[in-house]
Amino acid sequence: MSLTAAAPPSTTPIPPTQRRPAGSRWSFSFLIDIIIFLFIFAAIYGVYAIGRSWLGPVQAQAEISQDPRILPLYAFYSLVRMGVAYVLSLLFALAYGYIAANSRRAEILMVPLLDILQSIPVLSFLPGVMLAMVAIFPHSQIGVELGSILLIFTGQVWNIAFSFYSSLKTQPRELKEAAKIYRFSGWQRFVELDLPFSTIGLVWNSMMSVAGGWFFLMACEMFVLGSRDFRLPGLGSFLQTAASRGDTRAILWGLAAMIGVIVLLDQLIWRPVIVWADKFKFEQVESASQTQSTLLSLIGRASIVIRLYRLLFSPLINWITLSLAVGARRAAATFAAPKQKKPRTLLGYFIAVLALAGLAVALYHAALELAQLHPEDYGYLLRSAAYTFLRVNAALLLGALWTIPVGVYIGSHPRFSRIAQPLAQMAASIPATALFPVILLFLIRLRGGIEIAAMLLMLLGTQWYILFNVIAGAMAIPTDLKEVSHIFGFGSWDRWRYLILPGIFPYLVTGMVTASGGAWNASIVAEYFHFQGRIVSAPGLGSTIASASDSGRFDILLASTLIMATVVVLINRLLWRRLYRLASTRFKLEA
Amino acid sequence: MSTANIASQSPAAQSAGSSEPIIEARKLEKFYTQPDGTRIQVISATDLAVYPGKIIALLGPSGCGKSTLLRMLTGLSPSSAGDVYWHGQPVRGESPNVSIVFQSFALFPWLTVLENVEAPLEARGMPTIERHKRALRIIDAVGLDGFESAYPKELSGGMKQRVGVARALVVEPEVLFMDEPFSALDVLTAETLRGELLELWLEHKIPTRAIFIVTHNIEEAVVLADRIIVLGRNPAHIHADFTVTIPYPRDRKTPEFIALVDDIYRVLTSPDDRNLLTTTVGGHPGKIAAHKPIMLPHTRPGGMAGLLEILVDLGGRIDLHRLADELSLEVDALLPTVDTAALLGLLRVEEGDAIITPEGQEFARADIQARKAIFRKTALANVPLLRQMEQSLKAKADRTLSDEFFRDLLDEHFSEDESRRQLETAIQWGRYAELFDYDAATGKLTLTEV
Repeated sequence: MSLTAAAPPSTTPIPPTQRRPAGSRWSFSFLIDIIIFLFIFAAIYGVYAIGRSWLGPVQAQAEISQDPRILPLYAFYSLVRMGVAYVLSLLFALAYGYIAANSRRAEILMVPLLDILQSIPVLSFLPGVMLAMVAIFPHSQIGVELGSILLIFTGQVWNIAFSFYSSLKTQPRELKEAAKIYRFSGWQRFVELDLPFSTIGLVWNSMMSVAGGWFFLMACEMFVLGSRDFRLPGLGSFLQTAASRGDTRAILWGLAAMIGVIVLLDQLIWRPVIVWADKFKFEQVESASQTQSTLLSLIGRASIVIRLYRLLFSPLINWITLSLAVGARRAAATFAAPKQKKPRTLLGYFIAVLALAGLAVALYHAALELAQLHPEDYGYLLRSAAYTFLRVNAALLLGALWTIPVGVYIGSHPRFSRIAQPLAQMAASIPATALFPVILLFLIRLRGGIEIAAMLLMLLGTQWYILFNVIAGAMAIPTDLKEVSHIFGFGSWDRWRYLILPGIFPYLVTGMVTASGGAWNASIVAEYFHFQGRIVSAPGLGSTIASASDSGRFDILLASTLIMATVVVLINRLLWRRLYRLASTRFKLEA
Repeated sequence: MSTANIASQSPAAQSAGSSEPIIEARKLEKFYTQPDGTRIQVISATDLAVYPGKIIALLGPSGCGKSTLLRMLTGLSPSSAGDVYWHGQPVRGESPNVSIVFQSFALFPWLTVLENVEAPLEARGMPTIERHKRALRIIDAVGLDGFESAYPKELSGGMKQRVGVARALVVEPEVLFMDEPFSALDVLTAETLRGELLELWLEHKIPTRAIFIVTHNIEEAVVLADRIIVLGRNPAHIHADFTVTIPYPRDRKTPEFIALVDDIYRVLTSPDDRNLLTTTVGGHPGKIAAHKPIMLPHTRPGGMAGLLEILVDLGGRIDLHRLADELSLEVDALLPTVDTAALLGLLRVEEGDAIITPEGQEFARADIQARKAIFRKTALANVPLLRQMEQSLKAKADRTLSDEFFRDLLDEHFSEDESRRQLETAIQWGRYAELFDYDAATGKLTLTEV
């Protein structure tokens, strides 16, 4: 929006691309207006189509077509599902982060809870979410749809919430004081300080979350729950149906459609959003390198968007801000006697007691459920956990082994990185689960093929976190340190030992933490798969969870989820957090 | 309140005479209570009044509690005891009609200059059109015309602080608070902005009735203020109160100006003030730990050697004000080093002059190893904390102790942040003196075997 505004005289030169003669290119901007109008019409029709299908009767056994011509419609359905789930995630995350950051008492509980929720795999939420939704809407498709959306939501929301929370906690003190001394209302503070300050973190985490959504889309659109078979038309179910039938042609079509959608999303949404978010960078001077998006400059130029913003959005926010302004009122209250204790505390206690009682009942029933399992069952579960543990760490090790040298090479050769980095980003954006059926086609014939395939899927799903962090780390190694190692004639072993490995260590740890969590979560789709009419599975906690959900064994599901969450949280606490602390003290490169 | 015998000094409360104060602090205090009931005093009970028509400067070394006092006066930070009165009425929370100009500017980088200036008006619910008009008028007044649609990151530091001033003035505050407003700017820009502020004030272009400026720059205080309050530290207290009667615009070269700066220098460096054991004024002396340890100035030993060498070159005695001028250092940067050398007995401060001692002469002429030996001797003789650390380490069979142990000791006397800084400084000194080794990763101190 700001891009079209007349460039103000400024102390730092503005890149020439941003200076545009006003009033030129009339016809072009008119054309864009028309295109945007067309999009709005299409969107209205889409809402209508969705409404018709959701409000229709339950079709739990809906047949998933394998005709490539249906793919655009399926892609649209999946997109809407992802979109709704994302919006819900964002709203929930904002509320969660806001409360956790602003209430010291809630913070104690809510932050560790995030840690645990993040380590619970999507499928563990499945029975609860699905049964509840179908019970609420027994006669229409909306129940199943909402269930699927909530599943996607559970995979997306936690890291966004954590990002918002930590942004709120790191606001500079003087900015907060400025908001206070000028008597911002809670709302004004939120739209003018909290939200803008968190935007960059929110954008990056949203991208990661949506990528995770694509990764688990197949699991979220088609699943068996005990005797019931749920299928929702969409890209994920298309791919899964194709895989379970072994229809190679359909698999490739589905894969192509998915990649197409993801590339489009990247170009149409994420790239412009990243460029726009640059405005929210908390820096005092303008940075030299700026990201560019051709689309944003197009949209920014399209007069209709600006007009819409100026006519609707901006006055709306302004109106809310003015009606919620408390400056005058609070000034009057300043003289009042010491604030009286509000009756809210009583209500607070009541709610707390109620919540504790509910928690106790739930724990009691869960304990009963768990007590009914045989010791052999627990032995089996622990063995499964050990298998998955080995598999996850083998995948991480493999990932680190190839990404460290490659990442360091890319990071320290700027010319090469200009070609390699976009390619890697492209490769990373393809959800590994969609590739999985293709991989299985080859590996299924080998002995132990499913073992290799499971590990490969974990690797494919998580290696990118390590790679991109290592690249960033290698780029951050200061030139003077490189020169020192050159002057002293370090051999390559010494270079790695004294310069590169310590230099990338903090970044490597960050990447490995994310990758480790991701790999545990991915085990539910990596170890258990419907393929060519049968179930292919490798022993492990992930396959235990997936099959327990399939067969409706809630007791096993509960126990295995508990074990997985415990293992993941323990690994985080005992290993990653310590390494993290080491990274932020001893291996921190200070300016 | 301790007052030095300086001619130009008089209690400002009396000189203000007839008019009523806008803001008045009565027995305002800040302290932290430890779990065991002992109290760490940050600011001792302070009376302070802001009268209309005056610019008050609050002057003191860094970390002495100036900013905390400002935050308590504006209501940003609650006081531990005492009250703030606004036109005679007690205030809870932020004062009704004040603004703050911040050291870091505290602009919202995602808002344009205009939006930044409008934000406080928005908070008061002012309608859009009137808001624009008022914001544009003040933007014009501070010389930001033409920059309305710029974002802060496009502006230089001086322009940014102009936005900060515009945002503060747009609400027409009765008192304008400024927290080291020019210390993040280069010397020339700071001088320009000071001039512009004085112009707005003296020509009554703004309805603001009083300005309260926190600074560590003595000349800045003398250029701007009608009244200069010098704050002593540990705990913070009003150490001296000057009334400035030099007519505006003040020329830095006039004898009166130089004399006043010298006076303030003398007060700031007078050793009887700092590290006083009984600095409580109207406080609760009974509850304060009886043997408060000496507060170490936060310096590294390296800088001290340089200072002593310069002193030797200059003949062993120099006026601190001149020294700071010659080194183009601000008082903030110079005083801790002077304090360190004085604490170790390497120099003396008399009447604002630094005089080198024989030990100091010896130190300045010695080589690195000999310097360390002198440092070690004087540090053990003059710094009880280091002596205590050495003895504690000697008492242990493995000659090793955790830094936590010493931090707990310091926590009894200082706030959490301060005790961390104290320990950091003590470790720096101890390492330089080769008293002990320190492993930052494990937090272990080990006695150096001689």
